Amino acid sequence: MSQTNSDSALPDGGVFHVRSTVLSADDIRRAITRIAHEIIEHNRGLDGVVIVGLQRGGTWIANRLGEAIATIEPLANVPVGSLDASFHRDDFGLRPVVPGSVSDIPVHLDGATVVLVDDVLFTGRTVRAALEALNDYGRPRSVQLAVIVDRGHRELPIRPDYVGKNLPTRRDEDVRVSPEGVVIGDHT
Amino acid sequence: MKHLRSIEELGAAGILSLLELTDHMVEINARPIPKVPALRGKNVVNIFFEDSTRTRLSFETAAKRLSADVMTFSVGTSSVNKGESLRDTIETVQAMGVDAFVIRHKSSGVPWQISNWTDASVINAGDGWHQHPTQALLDCYTIRQALGRKGGFEGLRIAIVGDIKHSRVARSDVQAFAALGAHVTLVAPPTLLPPSIEGWPVETSQDLDSLVGKVDVLYLLRMQRERMGEALIPSLREYTDRFGLTTDRARRLGDSTLVMHPGPMNRGVEIAVDPSELPGNVIIQQVANGVAVRMAVLFQLLGQGDSLA
Repeated sequence: MSQTNSDSALPDGGVFHVRSTVLSADDIRRAITRIAHEIIEHNRGLDGVVIVGLQRGGTWIANRLGEAIATIEPLANVPVGSLDASFHRDDFGLRPVVPGSVSDIPVHLDGATVVLVDDVLFTGRTVRAALEALNDYGRPRSVQLAVIVDRGHRELPIRPDYVGKNLPTRRDEDVRVSPEGVVIGDHT
Repeated sequence: MKHLRSIEELGAAGILSLLELTDHMVEINARPIPKVPALRGKNVVNIFFEDSTRTRLSFETAAKRLSADVMTFSVGTSSVNKGESLRDTIETVQAMGVDAFVIRHKSSGVPWQISNWTDASVINAGDGWHQHPTQALLDCYTIRQALGRKGGFEGLRIAIVGDIKHSRVARSDVQAFAALGAHVTLVAPPTLLPPSIEGWPVETSQDLDSLVGKVDVLYLLRMQRERMGEALIPSLREYTDRFGLTTDRARRLGDSTLVMHPGPMNRGVEIAVDPSELPGNVIIQQVANGVAVRMAVLFQLLGQGDSLA
């Protein structure tokens, strides 16, 4: 994660070339704080709200969102969990299961308001898989989606409720999100 | 990876990565709805030429939790009784569209033979005295979970006690435990050791009492009376006295010593105490982990595509 601001080697043998930084670490911090306020405002409080980060890119963001919410509403107790949607994906073979990314849902989700959190919203296929995986844990009253970057190119009818930044991209570009910032680059 | 026929085919890295994948399956099994669509549309056929309850049901449950379709072929009611050859049986079933065969057979090497006749994946659920790789994987997972050994078994002392000679579980376990770095001692009367253990990464002993209290894992094997045509031990009672887990030996076990058994247990023979009263009893966890490990194996073979082979 800490390498995202410079060129880095990728597991498939390719290299990621950074072209530009679109959000700084401070921008991300402010976006997370703003989204925390929006979640509270939109749900008129935090009753039944559960934050669920998608393994693996969304988990640190979910944790930060949980901290930001706790700062704004110290009396609310908002559970934060993580969800591995690997076994619900439609593209096995393209995306191997990542070790250590086991789901951790701390509460039963019947009647909960789940805020799914991910780093980048792209085709929407991960979110589709996550919506299906969530049903294994109960029937939430509603599910909302928060992302740091919406880069377009949706292949499914899915839209985010909370967005850090809308970022027009080319399909073949790479977008990387880390606590240090958001970078856009090419994958060779 | 196309087939799982032996532990050797996996190697230490393969074992560890399957155990990592098993963590995911354990979590799935703990969900209120423990079923995922990962293997939707895949067809798994269990062919058991030998009796089995837990392994067959465990594979069946594992396949269903991953949404695969499962056919279970009971040899007792099949055309095998009309004299159909093994090859014809496999080719006939294959023609119906099969992604994986789960095979148990009384003859060693049958899973290898079958993989020459089919494009499907072949999983060995026990061949003769030879191999039972998913049992070894679930044993490794159970130890890893109970003793918090995610990185491997370096320095761990494991005693495998009993009928080693007729045991495919022992052969697979020895390979798997040793590959992960454990120190394995086989404890058995000479008549129940294989004719040659040359090249096995083990020590042998006939003195269980000197090991009790010093090992981290006590693995008891079943006395396989159905495989013993000859008199290999003077009597079961004498066997229990020397090699069984008796009340006296149970008292000398450390609280953290794991007691394992592949099932089915011969109570009063290899285990003469109530295992549920032993603090380190993980026999039931072995069965529960068996489902998760078999889910990991099926997912690894059928769910990830050829690019990861």
